[in-house]
Amino acid sequence: MPDTIPFRAQNVRMGSSSGQPLTRRDGFLKVTGAATYAADNHPENLLHAVVAVSTIARGRVASLDVDAAKAHPGVVEVITPANRIPLALDPDVKVGLFGFRIEALQDDRVRYANQPIALVVAETLEAATEGVRLLAPRYDVEQTRISFGDGEAFEPVAVAFGSPPVAAVGDLGAGLAAASHRVEASYVTPAQYHNAMEPHAMVASWDGDRLTLDTPNQAIVLSRAAFAAYFGIPAENVLLRSPFLGGGFGSKAIMNGPYILCILAARMLGRPVKMVLPRAQMFGPVGHRGATRQTLRLGTDADGRLTALEHDAVATTSSFDDFLEPAANASLNLYASPTIVARHHGLRLDIGTPGPMRAPGEASGSAALESAMDEAALACGLDPLEFRLRNYAENDPASGKPFSAKSLRECYAQGAEAFGWAGRALEPCRMRDEAGQLVGWGMGSAIFHAPMFQAEARATLRADGTALVETAGADMGQGAWTALAQIAADGLGLDIDKIEFRSGSSDLPDGGVAGGSGHTATAGSALHNAGTDVISKLTELAVNDRDSPLFGAGNAGVDARHGRLYHRDDEARSESYQSILARAGLTNLEGNGRGGRDPASAEQRAMFSHGAVFAEVKVDPDLGQVKATRLVGAFAAGRIINPKLARSQLYGGMIWGISFALHEEALHDRRTGRPMNADLAGYHIPVHADIPDMEVLLIDEVDPYVNGLGIKGVGEIGITGTVGAIANAIWHATGVRARRFPIRIEDIIVG
Amino acid sequence: MSLSISLTVNGASKVVPIEDPRVTLLDLLRERLVLTGTKKGCDRGQCGACTVLVDGRRINACLALAVSVDGADILTIEGLAKGDRLDPVQAAFIEHDGFQCGFCTPGQIMSATGLIREGEADGDPERVREGMSGNLCRCGAHAGIIEAVLDAQRRVAEQERRIA
Repeated sequence: MPDTIPFRAQNVRMGSSSGQPLTRRDGFLKVTGAATYAADNHPENLLHAVVAVSTIARGRVASLDVDAAKAHPGVVEVITPANRIPLALDPDVKVGLFGFRIEALQDDRVRYANQPIALVVAETLEAATEGVRLLAPRYDVEQTRISFGDGEAFEPVAVAFGSPPVAAVGDLGAGLAAASHRVEASYVTPAQYHNAMEPHAMVASWDGDRLTLDTPNQAIVLSRAAFAAYFGIPAENVLLRSPFLGGGFGSKAIMNGPYILCILAARMLGRPVKMVLPRAQMFGPVGHRGATRQTLRLGTDADGRLTALEHDAVATTSSFDDFLEPAANASLNLYASPTIVARHHGLRLDIGTPGPMRAPGEASGSAALESAMDEAALACGLDPLEFRLRNYAENDPASGKPFSAKSLRECYAQGAEAFGWAGRALEPCRMRDEAGQLVGWGMGSAIFHAPMFQAEARATLRADGTALVETAGADMGQGAWTALAQIAADGLGLDIDKIEFRSGSSDLPDGGVAGGSGHTATAGSALHNAGTDVISKLTELAVNDRDSPLFGAGNAGVDARHGRLYHRDDEARSESYQSILARAGLTNLEGNGRGGRDPASAEQRAMFSHGAVFAEVKVDPDLGQVKATRLVGAFAAGRIINPKLARSQLYGGMIWGISFALHEEALHDRRTGRPMNADLAGYHIPVHADIPDMEVLLIDEVDPYVNGLGIKGVGEIGITGTVGAIANAIWHATGVRARRFPIRIEDIIVG
Repeated sequence: MSLSISLTVNGASKVVPIEDPRVTLLDLLRERLVLTGTKKGCDRGQCGACTVLVDGRRINACLALAVSVDGADILTIEGLAKGDRLDPVQAAFIEHDGFQCGFCTPGQIMSATGLIREGEADGDPERVREGMSGNLCRCGAHAGIIEAVLDAQRRVAEQERRIA
């Protein structure tokens, strides 16, 4: 496997940066502790805020001992619904694309456990923390609804951010009637919390009507406008700085109450305020992946071809907002079937509102779909991979459109080869290792849509032949500081060490959203286009200048690389950027660019990344303990800008798959509605010892339609396919089918 | 109440006044000494993001009260590199892409430094995984981290051989 992906597409200037496995440009800062995360900021005269949160899930706050808290040395103010200054916007109104109803002390209602009920501000963190304890809240408690059995069912008008709740192709009844084999299975997925290693944090300072926010954010310019709206100031008055995010996974793209309270405190007290959520408060006001209960019905004919695919999902949400995990939509675009129905139902519980979490919908939906596909393969007597190949979708099953590019067959083939899938026994319980452990192999298909948002960028070529490139991008670990700079370098025909990249601040051109696995494609396109704009202006100068060796070449007749323009038909004729600028008397030359999806392409093509994941597990036959021991993932996601970082993203996604299959689950107390494991000891995520040997294969794919650069995305796809592959491997080892996630020891022992 | 403690932090002796006995070593480093490289991920000793070396041993700085480390020699992430010259562990983390968001990284690197000095995990990936399991990573950078630690271990051993 070469580390460098060759360029194949003809639609961009050949580059020397994109495709290279460069190490991270922010690496030095991150390994020396010099990278500045939000909570690392210390403006003069700083106050510390700690949120007091409810310990009940439904009811109202009857009393708070504000006097006791205020009497504690160091406490400056206690903010409650009784004294908080008004906001320009009702917290129960949603703002912008990622708006949510939030809790900003608008009243004394409690809608879920860990909801903010007061804010204590003090000279020190220790005093603020003690002040919160002294509030000793009392409540009027109402009956809590916290599980599938006691929630309030409803039929939603939308799932996720405005997607239709039902999608149907063909005649489901006829498809099921035509089947010679039918499989029906239900799966429960739990509430999961993002738990980025960096808790949500903010340092807010006001200067008159101007607001500076240091806070991790995945949608910098969009969020700037939302924050401004709550405080009735123009968006330009807010400076939001987010150079580094300590993980986001969707939770740092959305608005939340504590942030508004922190800004409010800074305004009320006229001093900068720092607020960092304690880990326990990450379980409530900042979103999560909602629990689902999914039922799949698959019909197959005698040849092992699907005649029908029905995916029905109940998704949980809060009592006061509407976000629903679009789990059933995972079945819409992957396997060919004459009829597919994806349907969602809502269930209201006394929980914080769920939100987007790494592969929202796809993760939970893929877990259920890939498990059900394994059962259907067995019903047909087919190898799981062969069964998937028989149901390979040549066109998008949901829309009938051709794919912009689909290399899933190559993923299957290369993944199976690397894993050693051939010769796997169809039946379970056939393999043991030398220690007597049960061994099983399973696989799953991976798919993730390839969206784009809107982004803008600016490139400024300087007289010394270096360039400044700017966009308000967000690097939450995916490597934007590096990959975006690589794209920008190619757009300008410069070596990457000539590029100064500014990002992560709201006073730069709008970099769009780091989410939906669309940031590299979107912000990258904007940066590349800004570079192209500079080069075409530069070319204009050169080809019209009699003193240039490029005179008369015409705008289409030059190539830009390594800081020089070359005559396309005569390499001997070239000129450096510096000399072109110098002769024109320019100290710099600015270009601008936008990134976004071409509507015509979107109309004509279905755009997805694909992959195949193969898993080996070992199960202790007596204790039911499971360990994933080997994982191979093969992914095709268009052009890979930096294979080193792309692999890291895919490893990360697959590790989230291990976590989903075997570890993660928030447990709520049925009586109080409180999360019982709201910490990193009780809420399990994999540790180093849980991670097996893993291999990621990057399958070369040229996608001429997805965007001019041919880039899809790699941030989320790794979790899809992996969960099912592990569940299916457990079945292959033990003969036990998983019906709920995470898969527990007792399921295996009892099953 | 006012106390003061003496510390050596990254080689420099300091006398630090502590007006509040509740202050943890982590909050002392971050909020009072403004050494913010050490991170707070959980404040409960469950994530390892605050790992520092105290008298050569790795500990979770969030679980130690500042007053309890009076007289100690403390090494944090800021004290590893010599100017622009990275320590072998730091260099290996960059080379093997042993991080993504970077937030757990100072803790991972200090833990790896401690692990290598302990000499218990000599070149065995399983023992390195076990020995690093107190340091959580949510991005899923585990593969690169373990490669980096193994590589750093080799480099450090080589360095020591050359010196000896």
